[in-house]
Amino acid sequence: MFDTLEILLDATVRAGTPILFATLGAIINERAGIINLGIEGLMLIGALAGFAATHYSGSLLVGILVAFVATYIAGAIHALITVQLRGNQIVSGLALTMFGIGVTALFGKGMVGLTIDGFERIAIPGLSSIPVIGRPFFNQDILIYLSFLLVYLIWFFFYRTRWGLAVRTIGENPAAADTSGLSVSRYRFLAVTIGSGLVGIGGAYLSLASTPMWIENMSGGRGWIAVALVIFAGWSSPRALLGAYLFGGLTALQLRFQAMGTTISAHILQMLPYFFTILVLVVSTIRLQKGAGQQPEALGLPYDREDRK
Amino acid sequence: MLQIENIRKTFPGVVALDAVSFSVKEGEIHTLLGENGAGKSTLMNVLTGLYHPDRGSIRLAGEEVHFTSPRDSLSRGIGMVHQHFMLVPAHSVFENILLALDGVPNFFKRREWKAKIQALIDEFQLDLDLDTPVWKLSIGAQQWIELIKLLMRDCRLLILDEPTAVLTPQEANRLFDVLRRLKEQGKSIIFISHKMREVMAISDRVTILKKGRSIDTLARGEFDEARLASLMIGHDRIPEWQKNLQMSDEIVLTIDNLSVRNDRGLADLDKFNLTLKKGEILGIAGVAGNGQKALAEVLTGLRNATQGRILARGEDITNSNARRSYIAGIAHIPEDLKAIGIAPDMSVDENLIMKSFKNGAFRTWIFQDKRAIRRNAEEKIEQFAIKSGPDGTPVRYLSGGNIQKVIIARELSEEPSVLVALYPTRGLDIGSAEYVHKVIADGADQGMSTILIAEDLDELLKLSDRIAVMFRGRLIGYADPRSTTREEIGLMMSGENRNAGSAA
Ligand SMILES: Nc1ncnc2c1ncn2[C@@H]1O[C@H](COP(=O)(O)OP(=O)(O)OP(=O)(O)O)[C@@H](O)[C@H]1O
Ligand SMILES: [Mg+2]
Repeated sequence: MFDTLEILLDATVRAGTPILFATLGAIINERAGIINLGIEGLMLIGALAGFAATHYSGSLLVGILVAFVATYIAGAIHALITVQLRGNQIVSGLALTMFGIGVTALFGKGMVGLTIDGFERIAIPGLSSIPVIGRPFFNQDILIYLSFLLVYLIWFFFYRTRWGLAVRTIGENPAAADTSGLSVSRYRFLAVTIGSGLVGIGGAYLSLASTPMWIENMSGGRGWIAVALVIFAGWSSPRALLGAYLFGGLTALQLRFQAMGTTISAHILQMLPYFFTILVLVVSTIRLQKGAGQQPEALGLPYDREDRK
Repeated sequence: MLQIENIRKTFPGVVALDAVSFSVKEGEIHTLLGENGAGKSTLMNVLTGLYHPDRGSIRLAGEEVHFTSPRDSLSRGIGMVHQHFMLVPAHSVFENILLALDGVPNFFKRREWKAKIQALIDEFQLDLDLDTPVWKLSIGAQQWIELIKLLMRDCRLLILDEPTAVLTPQEANRLFDVLRRLKEQGKSIIFISHKMREVMAISDRVTILKKGRSIDTLARGEFDEARLASLMIGHDRIPEWQKNLQMSDEIVLTIDNLSVRNDRGLADLDKFNLTLKKGEILGIAGVAGNGQKALAEVLTGLRNATQGRILARGEDITNSNARRSYIAGIAHIPEDLKAIGIAPDMSVDENLIMKSFKNGAFRTWIFQDKRAIRRNAEEKIEQFAIKSGPDGTPVRYLSGGNIQKVIIARELSEEPSVLVALYPTRGLDIGSAEYVHKVIADGADQGMSTILIAEDLDELLKLSDRIAVMFRGRLIGYADPRSTTREEIGLMMSGENRNAGSAA
């Protein structure tokens, strides 16, 4: 019984982590007031870039760095269009996803079937031997530990530093930040690019840790789940962890059912995590409308200094 | 220290500033005076680098400057309080102020900065809690946050765009004390206000702006109220009106033992009683924050009463929604114009018929009759002298005073039987304020009853048939404007009930 729970929890964390990175990245974008619907595309770019770089360099660290840089640059295109040129954020984001799917399919052809050595588990002495939660949370790869740290750091950044306050203000009322002497475009640009870079690491997790190989379109809609989880999380990083593990948990359960050999079609089972995540989302949003955790007021709106609001 | 020459600024279809020149000396309080839409705010936005001028020059201490952002002007010691608040409603008072301060390190010590801000709040004797989200605060309190943001920065030139519009006279005086002290320290201040009493009290020099041009600059001693008004208004005439005594004894509205609680569970209205007679103008006097807003909101259906009744001609309308109250004939001029008074992205034409879009005059079957809507707008724009820009301009582009006029024009167009007006002349230039007074007085002649909530006692004394004084959500008593002095009403406003009943 304990064993089953332990295995399920472990699978939950591993399935939830790529989505956690992506959700955190999306939160940083949206906190600055920029909607990024390119998450799905960014995850693919991160996955392929990370895989290719690891394959050629033989170093996972290089792989992660390249994944971050590649998606940072891809994010910079979105930032350029939405922040500097004040273009439509929805259109630009969708285009980025299309671009990501296309470009990774093209350049990924030669990568299919190659293998690498993926991330390995590192047990944290002492903690990893706690029953039930020891293995899922303290005997994992380094990226998972990094994701824990990021959840805290992002919360700290937004609520305990002046830069974080500046980003939040810009997402709520850019004119207030502008008239206080802060550069709206600089903060927004960095929020989009750094956030995109985190999404890229989430993508790289798929191809470097979950299944150490490149499969075309391997993000499989996780980017869209991340976009939705941002709302569930109320733009807060600790709640993003909750949401990502919810999806991870459902994925783990679903796999377990398949392994047990039920008569239900595998396609239906695979659909369930998506279905339930959306369901939870709808319910939690109804609740949200009444209380805190509101969306940033200026989300989706380009900032034009000479325009009156 | 500052010289502005020949500034021009146009927006699509509007010349906001045509040719403006003026200068500010060290250690002076320089007032900008001008009608709504004259370009005062635009000029200040150009000066702080928020807007780019089409032409003209700005020189600071003799050196020409080209500000490309507020950041540039702030770094040269120019700070500004904007007419429209630059606040984040969802953030706490502390967060709003902290972001605007200079020299806050990235990893700031919360406790230390809170103490610094609290010190200033205490100095101004404000009742502000640093952890409250700003959306929960009254407009007056929000104005103080803006002032604190500016005063905590070390600026050589402080620009205040209508900071007193939402302050009580007492609060305004406190602000003036601060400004005089800054002046003595050699700082320069540009002050904007439509209240003549304030302009006379505090200005060293006054520059008059008219239709985007600087008309004249006068130094103390050269100006008096009449001179300034005539320069500002020019050939335009101040509308004339006469107050007729209303004799009707017919009661149209009765408020009976009404209580309203706020978010924090405190009573905004506490067993409040009031009667309103047909065709009368009932002034409500009281220091802001003593339940006036709750009174207006409960009368217009925006808030529900927790106890008591409201009767309109005998019909109980206590907890009906805004729509039903309106059908019962109540019009509303709200305090927070942008939040609930207008649809900012819609045109002036559309905003003007927002309450009467179902009216047969503006539609054919289910289709809007654009021509009738346009004709109505033209009529209102002319009547109220609204400076509205080209056809189809979204209302948010209008100057503060002109937005106010759009709302008043709309609310009065349906010939309501009751008007609830919350600070209706706030932010209006003297000509427009006079016009609003005329509309209300004329309405009274036609039988419209008005509940006029205002801060300015002169305005209340001039316009009202009776004055009801509020204190802490209760009715203190009625005063007869013909036989009561400002001082007596002032006493009642602080809760003393000597005069009670004299005009009831
Ligand atoms: N960002 C903008 N876009 C378009 N038009 C604008 C903008 N800012 C100001 N205007 C127009 O410029 C003119 C001057 O407006 P401004 O706000 O400077 O007037 P004001 O003198 O401050 O008036 P008030 O006393 O009512 O505040 C108005 O006709 C206004 O509609
Ligand atoms: Mg103005």
